[in-house]
Amino acid sequence: MQPTDYKDPEYYHKVVDCQYACPAHTPVPQYIRLIAAGKYTEAYMVNWESNVFPGVLGRTCDRPCEPACRRGRVEEEPVAICRLKRVAADFKDDISHLLPDIPKVKNGKKIALIGAGPAALSVARDLAPLGYELHVYDNQNKGGGMMRSQIPSFRLPAEVLDQEVDFILNMDVHTHFNTYVTSLKSILDKNYDAVFVGTGAPRGKDLILPGREEGRANIHVGIEWLASVAFEHTHQIGKKVIVLGGGNTAMDCCRTSRRLGGDDVKVVVRSPFSEMKASPWEKEDAQHEDIPIIDNHVPKSYAIENGKLTGMYFEKVKAEYIDGRRKLVPTGEPDVFFPADDVIIAIGQENRFEWIERDLGIEFNQWDMPVVDETTFVSTRPNVFFGGDAALGPKNVITAVAQGHQAAISIHAFCQGDDINLRPAPNVKMFESKMGIHEWAYDNDVTTDIRYIVPQADKAETLRDRKKEVELGFDLKAAFREAQRCLNCDVQTVFTENKCIECDACMDICPTNCITFTTNEDDEQTLRMKLLVPAVNLEQDLLVSDTLKTGRVMVKDEDMCLHCGLCAERCPTAAWDMKQYLYNTAKAGHLCYA
Amino acid sequence: MTYIKPKFAHPRLPKNNLGYTRKEYEGSLSTLCAGCGHDSISAAIIDACFEMNIEPHRVAKMSGIGCSSKTPAYFLSNSHGFNSVHGRMPSVTTGANLANRSLIYLGVSGDGDTASIGMGQFAHVVRRNLNMTYIVMNNGCYGLTKGQDSATADYGSISKSGNMNSFEGIDLCALSIELGATFVAQSFSGDKKQLIPLIKAALSHSGFSLINVVSPCVTFNNNQGSTKSYDYVREHNETLSSLDFVPVKEEIVADYDHTKITMVEMHDGSMIKLNKLSPAWDPEDKLSIMTALHNAREKHEILTGLLYIDTESVELNELLNTTDTPLNQLTEKELCPGSKILEGICDELR
Repeated sequence: MQPTDYKDPEYYHKVVDCQYACPAHTPVPQYIRLIAAGKYTEAYMVNWESNVFPGVLGRTCDRPCEPACRRGRVEEEPVAICRLKRVAADFKDDISHLLPDIPKVKNGKKIALIGAGPAALSVARDLAPLGYELHVYDNQNKGGGMMRSQIPSFRLPAEVLDQEVDFILNMDVHTHFNTYVTSLKSILDKNYDAVFVGTGAPRGKDLILPGREEGRANIHVGIEWLASVAFEHTHQIGKKVIVLGGGNTAMDCCRTSRRLGGDDVKVVVRSPFSEMKASPWEKEDAQHEDIPIIDNHVPKSYAIENGKLTGMYFEKVKAEYIDGRRKLVPTGEPDVFFPADDVIIAIGQENRFEWIERDLGIEFNQWDMPVVDETTFVSTRPNVFFGGDAALGPKNVITAVAQGHQAAISIHAFCQGDDINLRPAPNVKMFESKMGIHEWAYDNDVTTDIRYIVPQADKAETLRDRKKEVELGFDLKAAFREAQRCLNCDVQTVFTENKCIECDACMDICPTNCITFTTNEDDEQTLRMKLLVPAVNLEQDLLVSDTLKTGRVMVKDEDMCLHCGLCAERCPTAAWDMKQYLYNTAKAGHLCYA
Repeated sequence: MTYIKPKFAHPRLPKNNLGYTRKEYEGSLSTLCAGCGHDSISAAIIDACFEMNIEPHRVAKMSGIGCSSKTPAYFLSNSHGFNSVHGRMPSVTTGANLANRSLIYLGVSGDGDTASIGMGQFAHVVRRNLNMTYIVMNNGCYGLTKGQDSATADYGSISKSGNMNSFEGIDLCALSIELGATFVAQSFSGDKKQLIPLIKAALSHSGFSLINVVSPCVTFNNNQGSTKSYDYVREHNETLSSLDFVPVKEEIVADYDHTKITMVEMHDGSMIKLNKLSPAWDPEDKLSIMTALHNAREKHEILTGLLYIDTESVELNELLNTTDTPLNQLTEKELCPGSKILEGICDELR
């Protein structure tokens, strides 16, 4: 194999599994170390720069980082990255003096942001410090978008959301709330230099089955119903509730129902339990609140008596797999009836773009979605950009934030007359971490503690009060112990060929046998198989050195490296060194806050 | 800010026939200097025992004093061990071996512990053909006392302080062959590919096995002009033979070229598959190896590989016809067989 090009910033970035997996590429180990050091404000700012809503995401993120966490490969459970983020948010001091200065004199460019959700607010956060005049339009009476309307207060208290939304709105952003934009043309006619569409996927899918019309008073569409609860229009629900669907919205609907009077709430889902879209922890939380999840049941009809909903009929199915594709096959058993006073449909959500006129030069594809460039987020009209669920379909908050950053870069380039396809390079820094003999700038002791559980408030109490937050968050002691579980994957093992005397000390000491000195192979797979422990995890790269004096090469399998630093510790010539690697994705105007 | 070996191991670590991973053969974290050749030898011992499926409790690690003699703390932490007085490891091992011949005796010593203070004991353990493996971690200097030239330092070798050694070095391999050793090998700590099969063969040999391993002292003897530095040894290493160790149970693949490969059968039925790289040498002929060693010294070469083996070796316990039962397991019944037996013995002496 060719020697690894470790000068390519993406090589070491990929070693930081959590950061690499995060759509916004938040420098996770960096903020976890700050938490361990008690520097909560600094940890918060590292997050704020990258993901804009640390307090919100520390409670509600889909956490793509956690399945990627190296700790989950070395032992059972990943580091509780998400809940550590919340620790930073919970224990931070006043950060107002750390926020960027907003120029009093604007740069003369006006931007309209349609929707005040995570994508649009991220764009605003990135552009406001550069002097743009920003106008946000939203039909709700406050900013936050789906974070406000769809995430229940018992998971995300309004104060937390308000604070982080206000950090942005207070950057001289002009808000046009309670304003439903019915025509993009009318916005374009106001001569904005650029328009960002971050309108999300606001339409819940309906389920038309016999009885839908007669039962409509007691049949609700999930996200609309959640919004109605959030804005205090709905205060109660029947005692018996069926929630249809297996995603996170279904979990929010059933748990909200429990708080609005539902005693007998159940989730009924078509697919097998293991294939539900909801995050495992959200399923657990629902079950913890005595909500059974009944899988392999396909809804057939709404049962109506005397013009009123009385329940639903379901067909029992089982999953069969043909060529890797799932098919739900009826088991032939008789249909099942579950009684219900109310049914909530949470089977997915869709975009709505009927407010965008089709003669504005914005192309739509066969699924009636705008044609959007996946890097620049520009539409086929050069001054109209999309982001969040509105761009590439429903995903999650952190993806919306990441897309917002990219759209902001594009809008800035577009307004400055630059080519939006020239993307700024990431901001990469590498620091020495050697402090002395057996002393490193990070805590290289690898603790064997297993994952700490976030304590929850008393169930009876949280079920009584819809706004009472269920999770209490880590206390500082638990936060420290959990933070110590982080393996510091951003402290990189850096190898310098011409210093190596091939004493094999690193190979002998490595606790997880990652390092092998061997003869090189042309074929990567052959090389992978001849390592001390064959490198079978193909998602993880090999660090391959140039040819050494004896004709061998050093090969390190990144898969199980604990970043304990023993290779560097045992290296007599400092051919191995531990270097802290800080990778920040570029933001519009190269601003850096942390 | 710590120097502790993490407890985690690679979850897909290979297991041997006993179900053990290499971890079960490791010791505590080495406190030798970073890059010390001794650590590589420790690792080679770990690998050899792991691959040979040796139960750790069947091994007795014996050592004297010195950097080398510290290493038993860094391998086989589940084995027996005895850290004896300086240079006295051979006599302690002799005692232990006679008391219990069922254990595998692995002696670890250094150039000082063997060729200086321990020379007298060394000579006798060799000539008695005690059944043990004796590994010399030979770095040509006294690392523990700041790097003075040792008795194995080569003539002309330059120390870190710039002084040339004006004495002849003791060639432990030639000396052992002269004294009647039945297995003599030489290797380099930086060449595990050669060292591991040598250790395996030595552990299988019935009788005294010496492996003299050149093991650079990174702190005091890895400088320019030293004949025991990593660079020098790599440049002057003359491999006599490359070898594979074939354990008893493993089937020997017969597709080798008989003109190049020699199979040497060991006492226990295992085989050494030897690829001779020098035609002028026969591993079972003392004279040829003595000549080869002399020639190599003239040419400033370090001969490595299996140098000499006597497959007809009779080890000390066999020679003395000692009991197979460890002494601590003999009861009064065996030790006092009664007056009739005593009378018989007395009759024999009349």
